[in-house]
Amino acid sequence: MITAFLLRGLDRRALVFLAVLAAVAVVVPLLNLATPAGSGLHIPSYAVTLLGKYLCYALLALSVDLIWGFCGILSLGHGAFFALGGYAMGMYLMRQIGTRGVYGNPVLPDFMVFLNWKTLPWYWHGFDQFWFAAVMVLLVPGLLAFVFGWFAFRSRVTGVYLSIITQAMTFALLLAFFRNDMGFGGNNGLTDFKDILGFPIQDEGTRAGLFVATAVALGLGYLIASCVVRSKLGRVLVAVRDAESRTRFLGYRVEMYKLFVFTLSACMAGVAGALYVPQIGIINPSEFAPANSIEVVIWVAVGGRGTLIGAIIGAILVNFGKTWFTGVLPELWLFALGGLFVAVTLLLPKGIVGTATALWRGRRWRGPAATGEGTLAESGGDAEPPAAAPAAGPAAPERAS
Amino acid sequence: MTLQVPAAVPLKAGDTLLYLDGVSVSFDGFKALNGLSFTVAEGEMRAIIGPNGAGKTTMMDVITGKTRPDVGEVYFGGTTDLTKLDEAAIASLGIGRKFQKPTVFESHTVWDNLDLALSGPRRVFPILFGRTDAEGRRRIEEILETIRLTHRRDALAAGLSHGQKQWLEIGMLLAQDPRLLLVDEPVAGMTDAETEETARLLREIACDHSVVVVEHDMTFVRDLGVHVTVLHEGSVLAEGSLDHVSADERVVEVYLGR
Amino acid sequence: MLFRPPAIRRSRRPATRGLPGLLLLLGCLALFLAAGAARAQEAGDLRPLVDALGQGGFDFDKTETAIGSLAETGDPRVVPALEALSEGDLYVRKADHAVFIGKRGGAGYQLTDPLTGEAAGEAARGAVDKIRVNNNLRRAIRTALGGLTLRSRDPAQRRAAVQSVFDAADPEALEPLEAALAAEKDPGIAELMREARARILLNTPSADAGDRLDAVETLRARGDRDALAALSGLVAAPDGKVDPALRAAAAKAAGAIKENLALWEAAQNVWYGLSLGSVLLLAAIGLAITFGVMGVINMAHGEMVMLGAYTTFVVQQAIRGWAPELFAWSLWIALPLAFLVSAAVGAAIERCVIRFLYGRPLETLLATWGLSLMLQQAVRTLFGPTNKEVGAPDWMSGATHVGGLLITYNRLYIVIFALLVFAALLVLLKRSAFGLQMRAVTQNRRMAASMGIRTPWTDMLTFALGSGIAGIAGVALSQIDNVSPNLGQGYIIDSFMVVVFGGVGNLWGTLVGAFTLGIVNKFLEPYAGAVLGKVLVLVFIILFIQKRPRGLFALKGRAVDQ
Ligand SMILES: Nc1ncnc2c1ncn2[C@@H]1O[C@H](COP(=O)(O)OP(=O)(O)O)[C@@H](O)[C@H]1O
Ligand SMILES: [Mg+2]
Repeated sequence: MITAFLLRGLDRRALVFLAVLAAVAVVVPLLNLATPAGSGLHIPSYAVTLLGKYLCYALLALSVDLIWGFCGILSLGHGAFFALGGYAMGMYLMRQIGTRGVYGNPVLPDFMVFLNWKTLPWYWHGFDQFWFAAVMVLLVPGLLAFVFGWFAFRSRVTGVYLSIITQAMTFALLLAFFRNDMGFGGNNGLTDFKDILGFPIQDEGTRAGLFVATAVALGLGYLIASCVVRSKLGRVLVAVRDAESRTRFLGYRVEMYKLFVFTLSACMAGVAGALYVPQIGIINPSEFAPANSIEVVIWVAVGGRGTLIGAIIGAILVNFGKTWFTGVLPELWLFALGGLFVAVTLLLPKGIVGTATALWRGRRWRGPAATGEGTLAESGGDAEPPAAAPAAGPAAPERAS
Repeated sequence: MTLQVPAAVPLKAGDTLLYLDGVSVSFDGFKALNGLSFTVAEGEMRAIIGPNGAGKTTMMDVITGKTRPDVGEVYFGGTTDLTKLDEAAIASLGIGRKFQKPTVFESHTVWDNLDLALSGPRRVFPILFGRTDAEGRRRIEEILETIRLTHRRDALAAGLSHGQKQWLEIGMLLAQDPRLLLVDEPVAGMTDAETEETARLLREIACDHSVVVVEHDMTFVRDLGVHVTVLHEGSVLAEGSLDHVSADERVVEVYLGR
Repeated sequence: MLFRPPAIRRSRRPATRGLPGLLLLLGCLALFLAAGAARAQEAGDLRPLVDALGQGGFDFDKTETAIGSLAETGDPRVVPALEALSEGDLYVRKADHAVFIGKRGGAGYQLTDPLTGEAAGEAARGAVDKIRVNNNLRRAIRTALGGLTLRSRDPAQRRAAVQSVFDAADPEALEPLEAALAAEKDPGIAELMREARARILLNTPSADAGDRLDAVETLRARGDRDALAALSGLVAAPDGKVDPALRAAAAKAAGAIKENLALWEAAQNVWYGLSLGSVLLLAAIGLAITFGVMGVINMAHGEMVMLGAYTTFVVQQAIRGWAPELFAWSLWIALPLAFLVSAAVGAAIERCVIRFLYGRPLETLLATWGLSLMLQQAVRTLFGPTNKEVGAPDWMSGATHVGGLLITYNRLYIVIFALLVFAALLVLLKRSAFGLQMRAVTQNRRMAASMGIRTPWTDMLTFALGSGIAGIAGVALSQIDNVSPNLGQGYIIDSFMVVVFGGVGNLWGTLVGAFTLGIVNKFLEPYAGAVLGKVLVLVFIILFIQKRPRGLFALKGRAVDQ
């Protein structure tokens, strides 16, 4: 059953993407490790790390696309799940430091010694084991998403209200993680990692390995997302997005479906964060900043929501742009990013991939990505959905009787 | 046609499928339903008419769990208290609803729309891993025939005409295979030919389902040839055959006085 | 009345308490004396007394007697000499046994006449002797100084002196204090003196038991933290040292004071909460229009506030440059300008972006977020990333005590201002033709349009109004917050929380929401700390929205759930 399920996710687009990803996962480390530094083909280590970072972001964007593009849930708090996954991994890496820290305490991380703590807080136990940390990477964001979603979806918080409270959620976590007595390193977060699974974290080989791991995770994430989306459940999700209460009147418990994808998506975000931290070498509370989460949304919008592949392309493109801008014209980056938000929503609501597909398939094409036209589920797509005219006005469209 | 005496409100009899008693709903002080009582028998088709704002749609909201009544009882199949259930549970009990404004899943194909409506599992994991079986596909084909959309089975619902959407929605109701169908203004915005078709379709459906139809269009109601309940200001004004109620002075006044 | 204000005296600012206050006072006094050199002719009478300080040598008792006789003069001009003595800066010139204040300078000492403050030449190191002091002497000096200033002609100085006597609670000071009390004409100061006397009595085990019981009563009537400390000290004193009846009385009085203080603290928290609530109200009220009434999610709302604050900054710069005398009016000038600036930017945003996104709230959210980034960066480019100094006119600074409450004027004015803005807006929406049109358009756009209302125009004006109010809020917030490009970011989430909590589309809900959140926040702070308090409030709101998705004062009905 599961294999049949997985096979269903493998359409042509998915195969092409996975092939490209596999090629990248092989070629990049190869060119990094096996070519001499001077050679024209050589990819420097920092570039490997940078690409690894992009892939982590791509996985994060994928998780956002899964809920926003297909289920109409605009989460402005996905950065929180990403950061929680990152913290879980960071805690493992901290415990790996052992006596090599500044204070040389075999159990307590440096910042705890600095704060004069005598014992390890209970929630740090177990993180010396990789498997435990790996489970937590999925469990912590998943659990938070589950609990949050349980309350939110059951009380039918939808649309912008949901967006706003997800934003409040990540903001609350931001404030909480800034506190020293939370036991996560406060302001400075977790850093100075030494090794992962016994491999020195700064090593070129380790970095290449992390890159490959990230590529594999992204591939798996894509495959899972693609399977979900192409299953009947995926169609229910789109139905929820387009006309939530209609779906309900067909007998579907909408909140359960939302809860399922929301949790799944949070777990994906957590994995992305966990892979991000060892490559970047630090995790601190600023990852919880609401601005980060909302930036992810724009990656998805740029690539084209509801297309999966678009989220990945968008994440890589925008982040490449960011790297380039902050190198060349740092003060213009925010203008560019802000402009991107405005331009994409106004001029390119389907995003790059959505628009390209639409052009490719000609005028008749109206796919899941073509929903910028007022059928989005944010209004609940209620029994009587917004009038066909999208620009009906700011007020809730009045009921035609 | 014979004059029919309006029936007294029956008790929760065995053949009563839907039972509403003293249902009131108010919005910010405005009473949309005011002590509404009526019943629908198993296998019956009932037409409900009434001026705009009479509370017809609100009544359907109450039955399907979208709106909770302030007071009053709503029972289904004799024993099930609908006021305690949510929309999904009520739908699973076998109450299907067609909205006043056609609501189909625009970014799904006609086929997928019917497939989603098809009776079957509704829980997350069976849906995630399951597929529609041959029997299900056969039923969809059948419904496609009935609603005359076989040739458009792979078209996106967004591309359908208004009438086609109405039919698709009726088709989705059929796919749900409910015991009771609530149909809110099915012919609004249809051409005469389409209206006739729809009446025929509904009569066909009524053969093996209970149906409640809300409609303004008197010709259409006449075509259906069924018992009529007239709603006014949230309660029943008259009940009986169409000729009977249209002879009622109060009904005439309510309709023409506006 | 349930609780009385503890008798905190008007003039006593927190900064002028205790020893630092005393030193400050002495500094002032020294200045005063230096300026008053004209009175130096009388200094001759005091000179021998001052010189007597130099005669003691190692005989500290003799020095103490000299200090005592200086104190008895009651003349404030001896203060610098005593002061210098306690610091170890008083020297005797060996040649004539005259006493001078000496400061190390060059090869020897710079001498100053202790009475007139005039320079008195230099002395080689060997030519002067330092007058020795020990701790006992220092205490005597302090008592003497207390006694001296207790007789000062300036009531403010007398008050400060009483306070320092109170703080020191030195039994030695009882005598000069009682003398001063007998001479005191000002009833307020006399009361303070009685309290100081009570404090000293409690510190003097040998004093008459009845007097000490009365003293407890006096302190209880004073009822502030100082009194509480004095009484608690008595309660905590080791057994046998304190008469049980006295201890019981003290314990009772301390309990009463504690209760009273707790009530005042609660009241103070309410005030802080109101103050925070008014800030939230100011920030959220514009949003209540754009989001609550129009349904537009404007993530750039915070930047409208920021623009208002920067407008204030620019206005103040201009005033400083061209018309400094107008500075007191700067905020009044900034208000309309800030409104116009933010409203103009808001109108532009509505026309260029938002109107294309009506009916698509999530897209609106994203686009306005982008705009907020651009506005921030624009301000950063124009004004630089650092905080800008926005000054407070005189009438905005300072504080007053109301009973046990400390109320700063800027906060007070902001509370009043927020309420005024709220009231004005309410009137505008309910009473004006524009408000009517606005409500018509938001309730039924098509109907309004067919009745001849220019709906796009109304949209633009409504949005501009909401933005303009945010600008006004910026003027007020510039008085209490850092004016930086990030100013708005700090408010946007809070503002949304307030509007959503209060109930969208309901101005009163916004009012109640803002003050509720403000007060809850301030009450949590003492227990949970500022950050955790805020986290708790956010969590509370998140849970609350899930319970009541439409907020505190939800509009019911079909219009809102579509
Ligand atoms: N959610 C609601 N909020 C406010 N008023 C409502 C709501 N639902 C219905 N109404 C009002 O109740 C009355 C009955 O509405 P409805 O049941 O839709 O009438 P009908 O379908 O018979 O035309 C109308 O006046 C309508 O405005
Ligand atoms: Mg209706």
